[in-house]
Amino acid sequence: MKTSTFEGGIHPRYNKDRSSGEEIRPLPAPAQIVIPLSQHIGAPAKACVKKGDDVLMGQTVGEPGGFVSCPVHSSVSGTVLSVEPRPGAMGAPVESVVIENDYADRLAPMEGIGADWESASADKIKDAISAAGLVGMGGAAFPTHVKLSPPSDKPIDTLILNGAECEPYLTADHRLMVEHSDRIVIGMKIAAVALGASNLIVAVEQNKPDAVDTMRKATQGESAQVMPLAVKYPQGAEKQTIDACLRRQVPSGGLPMDVGVVVLNVGTAAAIAAAVIDGRPPLERVVTVTGAAVSRPSNLLVRIGTPIRAAIDECGGDLKRTGKLIMGGPMMGFSQFSVEPPVTKGTSGILLLEHKEIDSREPDPCIRCGRCIRVCPMKLVPTDIAAAAMKGTPDQISAADVMDCMECGSCAHECPSRIPLVQQIRLGKAAVNAALQGKG
Amino acid sequence: MRMGQTGNKLYVSSSPHAHGGISSSRIMWTVSAVLVPAAGWSVYLFGLSALMVILSTVIFCAVFEALSQAMARKPVSIRDGSAVLTGLILALTLPPGLPVWICGVGAFVAIVVAKAVFGGLGQNPFNPAMTGRVFLLIAFPGPLTRWLVPSGTGETLFDHPVSAYDASGSLVELGANNIDAVTAATPLGLLAENGAHAVAALENSTEIFIGQINGSLGETSGLLLLLGGVFLLARKIISWHIPISFLGSVALFAAITNMIDPDHFAGITFHLFTGGVMIGAWFMATDYVTSPMFPGGKIAFGIGCGVLTMVIRLWAGYPEGVSFAVLLMNATVPIIDRYTRPKKFGWKRLAAAKGGE
Repeated sequence: MKTSTFEGGIHPRYNKDRSSGEEIRPLPAPAQIVIPLSQHIGAPAKACVKKGDDVLMGQTVGEPGGFVSCPVHSSVSGTVLSVEPRPGAMGAPVESVVIENDYADRLAPMEGIGADWESASADKIKDAISAAGLVGMGGAAFPTHVKLSPPSDKPIDTLILNGAECEPYLTADHRLMVEHSDRIVIGMKIAAVALGASNLIVAVEQNKPDAVDTMRKATQGESAQVMPLAVKYPQGAEKQTIDACLRRQVPSGGLPMDVGVVVLNVGTAAAIAAAVIDGRPPLERVVTVTGAAVSRPSNLLVRIGTPIRAAIDECGGDLKRTGKLIMGGPMMGFSQFSVEPPVTKGTSGILLLEHKEIDSREPDPCIRCGRCIRVCPMKLVPTDIAAAAMKGTPDQISAADVMDCMECGSCAHECPSRIPLVQQIRLGKAAVNAALQGKG
Repeated sequence: MRMGQTGNKLYVSSSPHAHGGISSSRIMWTVSAVLVPAAGWSVYLFGLSALMVILSTVIFCAVFEALSQAMARKPVSIRDGSAVLTGLILALTLPPGLPVWICGVGAFVAIVVAKAVFGGLGQNPFNPAMTGRVFLLIAFPGPLTRWLVPSGTGETLFDHPVSAYDASGSLVELGANNIDAVTAATPLGLLAENGAHAVAALENSTEIFIGQINGSLGETSGLLLLLGGVFLLARKIISWHIPISFLGSVALFAAITNMIDPDHFAGITFHLFTGGVMIGAWFMATDYVTSPMFPGGKIAFGIGCGVLTMVIRLWAGYPEGVSFAVLLMNATVPIIDRYTRPKKFGWKRLAAAKGGE
């Protein structure tokens, strides 16, 4: 297979075999769900229900708090128990709507555009996507309707569906492509209408030949082209995917639309099909539950708002053996204090690493080996950024290009001195942002 | 890095949560291991007189590292292999039979003066082993240029006849009964003294390639050093840029000068396989801490090392210039890094935006 790729990157241990053959199966809804009002990048939603309210499955429980924001919906029917801060996936508590499940799954009325979406206007499609509260399901959780609304001076010629899934362990997108390729392709075509894009690409890392096959079959007769990409992390990072597929470099500080491209995760495409055709918001998503401390690694269809404990129990996760609990993948995921945070629209995986996999040794001095520079997919100098972040002024940190870093973790993965480069870079970003806000 | 642990012992830290497994100490020990065949060859050639030099520099380096770290109240990290590697490289640049106390002085300069006072591992601007050797060469010129001829008996481990060059430059076959204490000029010494005709017999000979010549411990076996370097290259511990540009510029320099005046200047093989070029190009110039970080800078650095080596060999007062060349180029590393930084991903719009405003 002829493959494309980008410069730099790493070859971590992928560990995808344990779950890549597992068919997606639904996880029964739990007795209580927790719907965080902030599951996306942008302004949090505002709760529009209160304690004691009866809610239907699919009913809006939080209204968007701005343009770059999203509504949130109840994934079960039942009674609102409270609206209060609950533990979130990023460590800090998040204002959430807690709902007691009545197990009736009484559906809220939903009105989609129906099968004749092809004749619908771009605005109507975007409105349906906005109302459904769709966000990027690859992990960053950027509101999809914003992505599909580029300013008129930035015409979009290419839509890339991202099925690279380069994070180790995760197989949610892989299974979705194998099992629901038709939905993905419909979603892609709808998004292409909304964007007016004519060049359609499905990008898949070539370690998923079955997904390449099913996506090729599903796109037969369509104008879309399936591109196998080299197996390399972070192949699925937006800018690297565009570089690999089109040889266009998104300018520093810019967005894909600056080079005429929009990238959507394959899960987002499938959710677009449901939102536009049926008017159905994303009430569940595929989550890979895996890791050495999990006895039955699985790809589960999980209701949004399900505490991760339920998914861990379903898959035989042994918390006593677990040294680190991660939401997302091992490269960019967030380690958790507890099993309480709920699955959100952006949760692609739940990873249980064993104690012996945890490296808590103190870092050694930098020996200037240059491995971090060699692997940085943004061609930055991670050691310089980290040094500036630790010792420099906000201006010096900015000058080291801290804002170009996407925190993919390639540098820290390769560092022989185990220097926590990403953590230091994050501190640097925080210092720069604080200085910017101080200036007003 | 440690942000806290909860009651159920969940470890919480910043991503990434996976590591490739490579460690600084594994790199140091691998490079040290790769030098063992060449060091072993020197013991085979020179016997105990070589073994004593190796043992004393390695042990002195480790001891000085431990002492200086203890004085600085830092954790003692001799297990990371960095001091042992410095000691091993230093030994390979010294002549066999060098008194133990002089080896100790070299180790002191390498570890304490060149490294610890700058802040230890990662902070030193100059290659520690090179600094140690050059100090010894200037402070003890006599002992540092007293070259034992490889011997077949006495203290050597194997009974094996070798050929060598005596002071007049003629080839002598050393029989099984030669004594150990024969000394002679090195091939490079002969070249500097007497011109290319004095080493004509060595040109293209297997002796210089395999290493049946006299010189510093690590100057003898170009072949074993070359194999070790290629191994490091294959394991991606070093990149090709510095060794290839170093060796390439030496070869080019030798080819041109040899073409102009073959009577006076020796040819490519001679310059590549004598003296410290092989160990310098693969093991000294490639020292992470004291070499440039970016590909373009590495090439510039390698060319600088190669050209300076040849200029010193052909026209300066010393017959060999590798250690001087590497040290001089070490001083240029900050400025090389500054001007060879690659452009970041997506830099183009920045330029365009500035032009448009």
